[in-house]
Amino acid sequence: MELYLFLAKGTIILLIFGITLLIATYSTYAERKVAGFIQDRLGPNRAGPWGIWQPLADAGKMFFKQDFIPARASKWLFIAGPSLAMLTACLTSCVIPFGDTLDLSFLGIEKPVAIQGIDVNIGILYVFGLVSLGVYGVMIGGWASNNKFSLLGAIRAASQNISYELAMSLSIIAIIMITGSLSVSEIIKDQDTFFKWNIFRQPVGFIIFIICAFAECNRTPFDLPECETELIGGYHTEYSSMKLGFYLFAEYINMFVSSAVISALYFGGYHFPGESIVAGLLPEGALGHNLMTLIGVGAFFGKILFFIFFFMWVRWTIARFRYDQLMNLGWKSLIPLAIANILVTGAVLLALPEIKGYISSL
Amino acid sequence: MQALTNRSKRVSNKKLSLGERLYLPAVVGGLGITLKHFFKKKVTIQYPEEQRPMSEVYRGLHVLKRDEQGRERCTACGLCAVACPAEAISMTAAERQPGEENLYREEKYAAVYEINMLRCIFCGLCEEACPKSAIYLQSDKLAPSFYSRADVIYGKDRLVQSMETIKTAKSLKSGLTTSDRYVDKVWKNGKY
Repeated sequence: MELYLFLAKGTIILLIFGITLLIATYSTYAERKVAGFIQDRLGPNRAGPWGIWQPLADAGKMFFKQDFIPARASKWLFIAGPSLAMLTACLTSCVIPFGDTLDLSFLGIEKPVAIQGIDVNIGILYVFGLVSLGVYGVMIGGWASNNKFSLLGAIRAASQNISYELAMSLSIIAIIMITGSLSVSEIIKDQDTFFKWNIFRQPVGFIIFIICAFAECNRTPFDLPECETELIGGYHTEYSSMKLGFYLFAEYINMFVSSAVISALYFGGYHFPGESIVAGLLPEGALGHNLMTLIGVGAFFGKILFFIFFFMWVRWTIARFRYDQLMNLGWKSLIPLAIANILVTGAVLLALPEIKGYISSL
Repeated sequence: MQALTNRSKRVSNKKLSLGERLYLPAVVGGLGITLKHFFKKKVTIQYPEEQRPMSEVYRGLHVLKRDEQGRERCTACGLCAVACPAEAISMTAAERQPGEENLYREEKYAAVYEINMLRCIFCGLCEEACPKSAIYLQSDKLAPSFYSRADVIYGKDRLVQSMETIKTAKSLKSGLTTSDRYVDKVWKNGKY
């Protein structure tokens, strides 16, 4: 029954990919709606009921605009930039488990199928690898434009992303130490009860991680690579049409992926409070298991959507940092804090068996 | 220095406390404010469907009124043109011929009456100057935008009140401003 397994896995991968793109598309709409609501406006509401066709209208506009490549630009790199940004953004979601396993024994598949693109044991490493590769999209685009402002924007983006990647990876190390695994599905399995969610075990790590996630996605208050007043546009000053669209769209995919990673690492992924009660209500066997998995997927997407909203909420609340403030925060506050967090976590992990032993010996 | 009032606030450059330097409590406060606005009633008026009610004393597009029998009130005395600070109004007078009594109220009427809307400053002095209550600035109608210079000069074809509005209007002065109603009352009572 290799064929069925292949088909089931293929369907899941295509679904994840499709949902990633759909959510990213509608994030552009949600962003404008949220911005409107926070500023006491209504947001886009002309295209269709409540403006729900707005993303299609935007995409149509993007496609029909003139696709301009500057004469002195490096043509291949100019095209490679947005492609790379889009590619790395799309690749990241494949290691994230969006749900528990599906029991497809009625199709003759013996092993339960995980709702995940690929379950690699270095999932987290893969995510960070791709995220750091994403900087190249911006870098190449800014360099290939042959424009001072684009280059400055690209340099800003690169230095910002590299600085914050350090603190981000360091904050993750504490979680890896607790779980003892780099696999995202293992980390989620480790948070099976509400109070074992990593947000409670690693609050400092969570704050560092979410701040860095904002910086990695180039979102406010760290949206310095884009800047009308100083840089005309930023790294995408020379871009137009769908190439610009790819850059902007990649940002929203990254936002979706970051939300998914935050939910998976710190908020228990597809686990939700009261899980055992719900599981008791469902029928036994394959059907009950599959229903439980689907509810878990729903819970996971609920968390993801909340964090996407949180990204937007913060964007329309806080003013941006100055560049030196950004660097000070990254290098002088977050990295030392992350290292201290690792040390404290390590000390507690070492001391915990001793304390438990001491308590039981009393 | 002696303070004149006790409202002035002394500026302090005190060191920020740890909580203030952390910045996160301030961020949470800010998020609370934006969330409050998120659920607030929106102030947007969706223009083509909804329209902001206009003030009763708004001075919009001019109209040359007709009387109850549909006769033009204007007698081409030229007082509006004299009163106009922007010199936007010009007119040519003509004498009413026998058989035209149903068209013009007075023996003299404006054969040509033009307002240059590029010059007009919508001050309303013409309506105050008019002894016949013939010209008014409507409070519910705006002067439209123009696409060519020829459109700018409004002749009688676009200024004179249409016959339909006389029939449909609740009163002679419906849609006019409060001050107009006052003037009209005085004029009707014959107490100048």
